[in-house]
Amino acid sequence: MAPDLTPGVDELIASWRDWMQRRDALSTSDIVELEGHLRDRIDALATAGLTEDEAFLIAVKRLGTIDELSREYAAEHSGRLWKQLVLADETGIEGATDVPSGGLPLMRRANGLAVALLLGVGAGIAVKAADLLTGDPELVFRNIAVLVLPFLAAWFAWRRRPPLATIVGVAASFAVVALALNLYPFDGGSSTVTVASQNSATAVLATIGSIAALWLVTGIVDAGGEWRSDRARMDFVRFSGEWLVYYVLIALVGGALSGLTVAVFGSIGVDVLPFIGEWVLPCGAAGAVLVAAWLVGAKQRVIENIAPVLTKVFTPLFTIMMLALIVAAVVQWNLADGSRDLLIAFDLVLVVAVALLVYSISARDPELAPGWFDRLQVLMLAAALVVDVVVLVAMVARTGEFGWSANKTASLGLNLILLANLAWAWWLQVGFVRRRVPFGTVERWQTSYLPVYLGWASIIVLAFPPLFGFA
Amino acid sequence: MRIGKDLVAAAATPVVLGILADGESYGYAILQRISDLSDGELAWSDGMLYPLLHRLERLGHVESEWRQSPAGRPRKHYRLSAQGATTLAEQRRQWSVIGGVLDQVWPGGPDDRHPRIALGAG
Repeated sequence: MAPDLTPGVDELIASWRDWMQRRDALSTSDIVELEGHLRDRIDALATAGLTEDEAFLIAVKRLGTIDELSREYAAEHSGRLWKQLVLADETGIEGATDVPSGGLPLMRRANGLAVALLLGVGAGIAVKAADLLTGDPELVFRNIAVLVLPFLAAWFAWRRRPPLATIVGVAASFAVVALALNLYPFDGGSSTVTVASQNSATAVLATIGSIAALWLVTGIVDAGGEWRSDRARMDFVRFSGEWLVYYVLIALVGGALSGLTVAVFGSIGVDVLPFIGEWVLPCGAAGAVLVAAWLVGAKQRVIENIAPVLTKVFTPLFTIMMLALIVAAVVQWNLADGSRDLLIAFDLVLVVAVALLVYSISARDPELAPGWFDRLQVLMLAAALVVDVVVLVAMVARTGEFGWSANKTASLGLNLILLANLAWAWWLQVGFVRRRVPFGTVERWQTSYLPVYLGWASIIVLAFPPLFGFA
Repeated sequence: MRIGKDLVAAAATPVVLGILADGESYGYAILQRISDLSDGELAWSDGMLYPLLHRLERLGHVESEWRQSPAGRPRKHYRLSAQGATTLAEQRRQWSVIGGVLDQVWPGGPDDRHPRIALGAG
């Protein structure tokens, strides 16, 4: 046998291996096995007098076409076509370890479940400890971002190893927010221990703002400190979308399981509802943040992102909803007479519009020419803009009647920020559809807008409570 | 002459099990052996053997183990299991019934070589 092949054959085999790896039906160990076969065949043919290139060509041909081969493998391993979640990873690792380590191209799988679980338990304990120490659910709720998100930041820090300066900066932001949330005398002093009392409006706003701001700050750790990079920002946007999907799934299943537990124990006369409510729910909700984050990382290469799929499904429906709203508003002509919650409702509409836009951008192939979906997005953005401008004009004109409360100012600010984003995004999208604007510009606009959200959220946390007298 | 696809598919399992009954082997060597035994007439795309081996492994007819080839490459060796031996014996009985029937249906066939299906007994 001629064991030492020239680099030429090694390169040919490497590119063949790349091709094979794209087939879902073939696992890494299958490809190793086939590669061994291929090399045996090449050696035999080369010994028979063929040049190694010729031997490679014949050997590959004799293996059969990739399509046929992958069909055969798929018939035997049909489960592989359904990319498996957690379990598949483990069998993947086992399947990999029984291959001797002969320089095998084993795919490195995202791991660290143990770390994520540990941090998740930490987040749960943090929430529960704060609850037990203060005995004030309102206070715990207000601090939820400060209690849970450091663990997510720690998870990112463990995975990305950002520079120390980043960690210090992020920790400082957490500290500032924590100080603001706890030292501001919301609603006449935070010493009120009355449970289930309504928070002051600024406190609620600060809570929401702190979640948004610290989530974005956590993203800086995920970016490994390179928060100026568009790629890193877009990756964090992708992470956020997937995380939300997994979190909702975990919450649904967790809720169903809790309900089942209560029902089952109830049937034998044991009331576990207090236990579920006081321990399982807070710890589980906090821990799930980390588990969902781990899932996103572990599944990054295995499963197609779900958020863009939802975007594809819901963009047409959302557009229809917007157009119907315009028609209804014209027919009724009373859009402006709506309740005071109208502005908040339209903030949500714009958030949905931005999310639909961003997540379709996040999954779009930059090389692709503009198609029907991009045109549909132009229509969606235009409809959302028209509706929102009508609402805004009407609301601002009536400000005198309602006055500038904290809630109203916050939602008006958010509305303007989103409106500005969508207006320019619409303009860029029109340019993109007419092939005057490259896709990179459309994408960069959204990523470069992220600091604006961070800024507004910070203002709501830090500046609003004093401005509005902690009301 | 090439043997038809369906017949190859039907014969593949007993042939592979039969070869493994002689001792453990690996994909390339099994194919070489089949090729030698049938003068190249019983043949299919090389790659197709592996899904078959995996199926036999899943059914418990063979066991596998990763070893190193003399050239230092990883190589998966397959070995007949006790259950595989039982299956092979059963298949052998079935094939000899078919072989016997065919022998009687075609007395003094076109040539006096052994019926190809007897390969399975190899």
